[in-house]
Amino acid sequence: MTEDLPEQLEQIREDFLGLEVRERLQLLLEFSNELPELPERYREHPDLFERVEECQSPVFIFTEVDDARVVHLFAIAPREAPTTRGFASILVQGLAGLTVDEVLAVPDDYPQTIGLTEAVSPLRIRGMTALLGRAKRQVREKIAA
Amino acid sequence: MAVEVDTAPQFAEFAHPERLVSGDWLEAHLDDPGLVVVESDEDVLLYETGHIEGAVKIDWHTDLNDPVERDYIDGAGFAKLLGSKGISRDSTVVIYGDKNNWWAAYALWVFTLFGHDDVRLLDGGRAKWEADGRAYTTVVPTPAPVDYPVIERDDSKIRAYKDQVIDHLGNPLIDVRSPEEFSGERTTAPAYPEEGALRAGHIPTAVNIPWARAAAEDGTFRPLAELNALYRDEAGLKNGDDIIAYCRIGERSSHTWFVLNYLVGFEGVRNYDGSWTEWGSAVRVPIVKGTEPGTLPTKK
Repeated sequence: MTEDLPEQLEQIREDFLGLEVRERLQLLLEFSNELPELPERYREHPDLFERVEECQSPVFIFTEVDDARVVHLFAIAPREAPTTRGFASILVQGLAGLTVDEVLAVPDDYPQTIGLTEAVSPLRIRGMTALLGRAKRQVREKIAA
Repeated sequence: MAVEVDTAPQFAEFAHPERLVSGDWLEAHLDDPGLVVVESDEDVLLYETGHIEGAVKIDWHTDLNDPVERDYIDGAGFAKLLGSKGISRDSTVVIYGDKNNWWAAYALWVFTLFGHDDVRLLDGGRAKWEADGRAYTTVVPTPAPVDYPVIERDDSKIRAYKDQVIDHLGNPLIDVRSPEEFSGERTTAPAYPEEGALRAGHIPTAVNIPWARAAAEDGTFRPLAELNALYRDEAGLKNGDDIIAYCRIGERSSHTWFVLNYLVGFEGVRNYDGSWTEWGSAVRVPIVKGTEPGTLPTKK
């Protein structure tokens, strides 16, 4: 199942699974702190972003497909919601530079396979599954348009 | 060797002022022997971003719930958890957290199931502590493990099971969810994940008092007069009533349980932790839709 995973998603998975459960939270916090700021061109366009309703805290995402069919995922989440920020940041980094086909091929259950279910609980991990699902749906809509 | 209570004047009017502490009190007592501060949040990473000095973290998902069955941990599990956090049976425990102490109240309620005697809330939780400009640290304490006795949970006094709620019908029920969940427009709190209730609505005769109405803007509990207006005048609760509160999974109603029990001073308040995720999926239980409490069903 995992042999087809894009390299950086596989790397993230290995990094988490190589840690004790408690340390996985620390790594998630590092991801949380690394969520990039929005590029200049999107800062004034909150309307473009879609709220991920399944997350307990307000998180908004927007995907862009460039001329080379490479996907760019952008996310906004508040500092008071570090877990949600961490989930978004994992996907932003994990999907970076991937093509449309590679993004659509990412298994929907990827969030359940990176060892966070134990650390943050299955209920909370659903938020990340929803983030991935919505990002893929946006990509599908963009290439259909 | 309980730590002295906070005699701050704003708590004096409550039925059990010893259940609350203020930020001033906590700052002054942080180093008291016998005191353990516990953070309990909705966001499982918030503690790691910064917490009150010396505070340990207890998470309801990963620490207080049984990992297999939908139930709380047992006496042995609780003893192991608390002992590992440096909490003895006679420790004074002060719990605080995010979102008006929503999850902190839930942890306090679970502590109470095990009869932990001296457990209090920091009024206002994280939000007030931050608004007051008080300090956080990211240093995680490593408490020396202590022996906490194995005490079996007593579910008979403050917890209600579904069958007990059915027998209770005709007595006061407080539904503390949002108006949209109460009326049956939706089964989850606005902006919260679907947690799998198959039907929407509320338990017949329940009165809807959303939990957060007991909290002021700054996250602290409202004064007694306002709480009386809410629960006695609006919800019609009277002294001597047998009261059950519920929400979606029992967390928001733990907050209301705390208010009714310790602040307003009703005795005999129970929290139905199965709440809507159980009732809304159970077979052949009565449900009412709409904004009115509805009438008592004839028994099936």
